[in-house]
Amino acid sequence: MEEGKESSGSNWEPKLITFLCNWCSYAGADLAGVSRIQYPANTRTIRVPCSGRVNILYILRALQHGVDGVLVSGCHPGDCHYLSGNFSARRKFAVLSRLLEYVGVEKGRVQFSWVSAAEAGRFAEVITEVTEDVKKLGPAKRLVKNSD
Amino acid sequence: MESGRYSNIKIIANAKIESLKGQAGNYNVTVLKRPRYVDEDLCTACGTCVSYCPVEMPDSYNEKLVNSKCLYIPYPQAVPASYVIDPKYCLFQTKNECRQCEQACKDLKAIKLNQQAEHIDIQVGSIILAIGFDEFDARRKKAYGYGEYPNVITSIELERMLSASGPFTGKITRLSDRKHPKKIAFLQCVGSRDIETNAYCSSVCCTYAVKEAMVAKEHDPDVDITIFYMDIRTQGKGFESFYERAKTKFGIKFVRSRLASLERIHESENLLFKFVTEDGKHHSEEFDMAVLSVGLEPSRTAKELADTLGVKLNKEGFCQTNEFSPTSTNREGIFVAGAFQSPKDIPESVIQASGSVALASGFLSEVRGTLVEQKECVAETDLTGEDPRIGVFVCHCGVNIAGVADVKKIREYVETLPDVVYAEQSMYACSKDNQDKIKQIIKEHNLNRVVVAACTPRTHEPLFQETIREAGLNRCLFEMANIRDHCSWVHANEPQAATEKAIDLLRMGVAKARLLSPLKEETVPVIPKGLVIGGGLSGMIAALSLADQGLECVLLEKSKLLGGNLRGIYYTLSGNDPQKLLRDTIDKVTSHPKIKVFTEADIKEVTGYIGNFLTRFSIGQEEQTISHGVIIVATGAFEYEPKEYLYGENESVITQHSLEEKLALKNFNSDDLKDVVMIQCVGSRTKEKPYCSKICCSQAIKNALKIKSIKPNSNVYILYKDIRTYGFREEYYRKARNEGIIFIRYDDNTLPLVKEENGELRVEVFDPILGENILISPSLLVLSAGVDPGDNRSISKLLKVPLNFEGFFLEAHVKLRPVDFPTDGVFVAGLAHSPKPIDETIAQAQAAAARAAIPLTRGYVMVEPVASIVDSEKCFGCGICEYLCPYGSIKVISDEDGDKAQSISASCKGCGICASKCPRQAITMGRFTNEQIIAQIDAFSLATSDV
Ligand SMILES: Cc1cc2nc3c(=O)[nH]c(=O)nc-3n(C[C@H](O)[C@H](O)[C@H](O)COP(=O)(O)OP(=O)(O)OC[C@H]3O[C@@H](n4cnc5c(N)ncnc54)[C@H](O)[C@@H]3O)c2cc1C
Ligand code: SF4
Ligand code: SF4
Repeated sequence: MEEGKESSGSNWEPKLITFLCNWCSYAGADLAGVSRIQYPANTRTIRVPCSGRVNILYILRALQHGVDGVLVSGCHPGDCHYLSGNFSARRKFAVLSRLLEYVGVEKGRVQFSWVSAAEAGRFAEVITEVTEDVKKLGPAKRLVKNSD
Repeated sequence: MESGRYSNIKIIANAKIESLKGQAGNYNVTVLKRPRYVDEDLCTACGTCVSYCPVEMPDSYNEKLVNSKCLYIPYPQAVPASYVIDPKYCLFQTKNECRQCEQACKDLKAIKLNQQAEHIDIQVGSIILAIGFDEFDARRKKAYGYGEYPNVITSIELERMLSASGPFTGKITRLSDRKHPKKIAFLQCVGSRDIETNAYCSSVCCTYAVKEAMVAKEHDPDVDITIFYMDIRTQGKGFESFYERAKTKFGIKFVRSRLASLERIHESENLLFKFVTEDGKHHSEEFDMAVLSVGLEPSRTAKELADTLGVKLNKEGFCQTNEFSPTSTNREGIFVAGAFQSPKDIPESVIQASGSVALASGFLSEVRGTLVEQKECVAETDLTGEDPRIGVFVCHCGVNIAGVADVKKIREYVETLPDVVYAEQSMYACSKDNQDKIKQIIKEHNLNRVVVAACTPRTHEPLFQETIREAGLNRCLFEMANIRDHCSWVHANEPQAATEKAIDLLRMGVAKARLLSPLKEETVPVIPKGLVIGGGLSGMIAALSLADQGLECVLLEKSKLLGGNLRGIYYTLSGNDPQKLLRDTIDKVTSHPKIKVFTEADIKEVTGYIGNFLTRFSIGQEEQTISHGVIIVATGAFEYEPKEYLYGENESVITQHSLEEKLALKNFNSDDLKDVVMIQCVGSRTKEKPYCSKICCSQAIKNALKIKSIKPNSNVYILYKDIRTYGFREEYYRKARNEGIIFIRYDDNTLPLVKEENGELRVEVFDPILGENILISPSLLVLSAGVDPGDNRSISKLLKVPLNFEGFFLEAHVKLRPVDFPTDGVFVAGLAHSPKPIDETIAQAQAAAARAAIPLTRGYVMVEPVASIVDSEKCFGCGICEYLCPYGSIKVISDEDGDKAQSISASCKGCGICASKCPRQAITMGRFTNEQIIAQIDAFSLATSDV
């Protein structure tokens, strides 16, 4: 794996984690499946009840351990199954973005989006975009702990 | 879709009622179940058969825009989720050949080409009719060229086109050349408000056209959209601001006009609209596409069903009901809900559905619970001290997964993971047979955790959880990896990558599964008593429906008298007597043994949660406290007190309300009615009060017609923005025009001017038809003052339920949960929710009672094991969680150990906001603990991808 990390050659494929809220984005991803909309295979999903459940530590942990990018996707504003969870998440990520910038993690490595249960096409687009963005950035090096 | 999962709901699809015998409380229904040629119990909806079926037919779910096989699932969320064969197209049914599908499904044997129709007899106490509507067949309006001009489509076809899962993956497409149109015209009222076809207003088309136009703009901001209309009727809650946004933010053009002709331009297949605007000017404009906003008609099966059941239809062909009992048919014990009663939107339909249930349950209250299917309960195995022993089932899903990913390789890999003691491949993990197999394997291998790699947990997790529970494992010892919807289906051309992804997802799932622990499924008892706040029409009806279902309730009214706004309504548009309704309802409420009424009651404090509320209120000097299980908020609203048009300064300026009183109590002299001007939308649809009050147009027409009947030679002028006599009310608008009532339209730029000159009133208004200002000296100026929510902040605070920015109470979900609050056990009805007329208030009050009765009759509430759990060692009582929790489900309590947060699991929804924000990481969530999520992350990030 460490080898793969070193060479950001043409066949390097980024490893991405997506946190999807159960009610909107996870459902949107399901619908993308039902609709057979194709998108890159780089992401691995972790289902959470609400995007508000995602702790900043999870994201840092992922980046430290060699994940190249993270996407957190929740419901649209006003549509949150839990009333305000996605706003809470949003505010948290505003703080996180500044923090990441401060420690030198490139913009685009950690992204936040809103995808509803009906937006299969949008889900596929978001995944494609995030994958492309992270590909351009190359492997995540900044936070990776060498000892792991 | 949810209804498919309740064990007490039996769905018989593809069926019709053949006959009805007996009477209310004891009906005998004979149902004809047509063959579907697929066994619903065996079919797992894998879809393998579809690729074998050689026959194509037009797909009616996708408005015949594309083809589907004659072996199909009607739409993605269909219940039962199994295939069905259309016998009109099937080669076996028509020519006795083919049988390909049978061959394809030889393992499951779900295809039953020889299935016959069945007759099923059912005993029921009451019946609810919810057969909905059919869309107007636009071909009947020949002049619009639908069915002939390729680029004229209906709004329903556009809806499918806009859907991401639709035939053109969300792209609007011209059928003539598959290009994306840049200029689209909507034509309103096709098959509505039209004497040639349907005279009534379909109520929903304005709102859906506005919505579709906005979605189309979102998909393609360059598209230019014009909506041609007579009146825009967005009277429903929240819809007016929607309309405003469409105009101002989205730049959608609204043109009030009459269409003269719609012509096809052959070379370009564009469409030429020729239309006349209000000022009488003729215009023409070319568009790439025309969308017909088709109306709602009675279902084509309505007549036959009504005849079979002996239920009367109204002259429009919808189910006949009375204004004051909107969900009852003429036959006792038979109720109606939704668009079969009158054209209506989703929230109204859902409200009526619940409302009709309240009445139907009234009939069943004596036998309630006797037929409930109880599942046998196996004792849970105690796992304390046991190491994880995980069993993994990797599903082929026919070819859905196995056709892309290498399932064997996945299974072999999984076997190498720590704590996995058993792994197996299943053809269909969700099939009935396989459930038995899972149970057997759990026993044989002493499994204490199960992971299934298959489709989505959103639909299938409950099934597998049920299975492991039957094998004695706690439901929470289960995890799923979605290797179909999120993998094989979306990486269909990358078998290698899909296999790797599936392996990763499983490794993550197993990592989580190792840390799963059993969680207790708690139940909390419910005090079987309801509290209704507000003694207006909605409060009284809600209390009565609870009481008629055998439940006790307390009704608290702030003022001296029951009745609220109903006290001031003397007649209705359709001629019923609201004062009789008022008297009858008050009589019933005050004499009902199960209802306790307190007037002049002032609520001081409400504490507790669903099942266990405690309310303290005062009556004069005295204080009382009651405990109850649920709360219905029915606090109503007020008539807006106008600040405009010399109201309060000139005594000839009055509101509709006082006009109604004058007319009813004959408190006027004949000269008062000589020249009456009414101004609509006073205190509605303005900057300060942006919503539509929904009732005032009908109220104005009702009073105007009354004046005409009292004094036929009077002049009545109604100055309006749009006349919103939706549904069957349209008839009275037409009548008003026929009787010579003069309608003059104004808008925000041409507001009427009211002055007093030498003690006389003068109204000046621009008449768009004449193109000039006109001057009237009215004997009475009547303001159609809107509905004002009043100040609901204190109730909102006491109950911790939200208000919308207009000051009305805000429900949990506008469409799907229109009478629930997000806080469990608290419901809303009537004007407190939004402006609405009497019939809708009654239906909503019944709906709130039906929803409230659920926990009351069940006697307990189940607590989902997802709730927050506080580690009091770590917690230092900062209270951030309490502040952030949207449900008031976590509280800081002081005791001898200091301040500590405590979770109220009965009302916690498990969102986890508290857990993610706790500075001490002291809170964790039942099925999504920090450790579990981190284990998933690590299982992906730290693993070497040497597979
Ligand atoms: C001006 C006006 C004209 C109307 N005209 C028509 C018409 O012509 N045709 C038609 O079909 N519909 C009409 N309606 C609508 C009709 O009045 C309502 O649909 C229906 O009466 C509403 O009943 P409600 O119980 O929801 O509200 P309300 O009638 O407002 O009753 C609410 C009750 O709750 C009490 N209350 C409020 N706060 C508290 C509290 N904190 N504690 C205890 N009690 C409280 C109030 O005192 C009141 O008695 C009109 C409404 C208005 C405002
Ligand atoms: S008068 Fe009332 S019902 Fe009519 S449009 Fe204005 S606010 Fe709506
Ligand atoms: S999980 Fe959500 S609902 Fe439950 S206590 Fe925490 S914030 Fe409140």
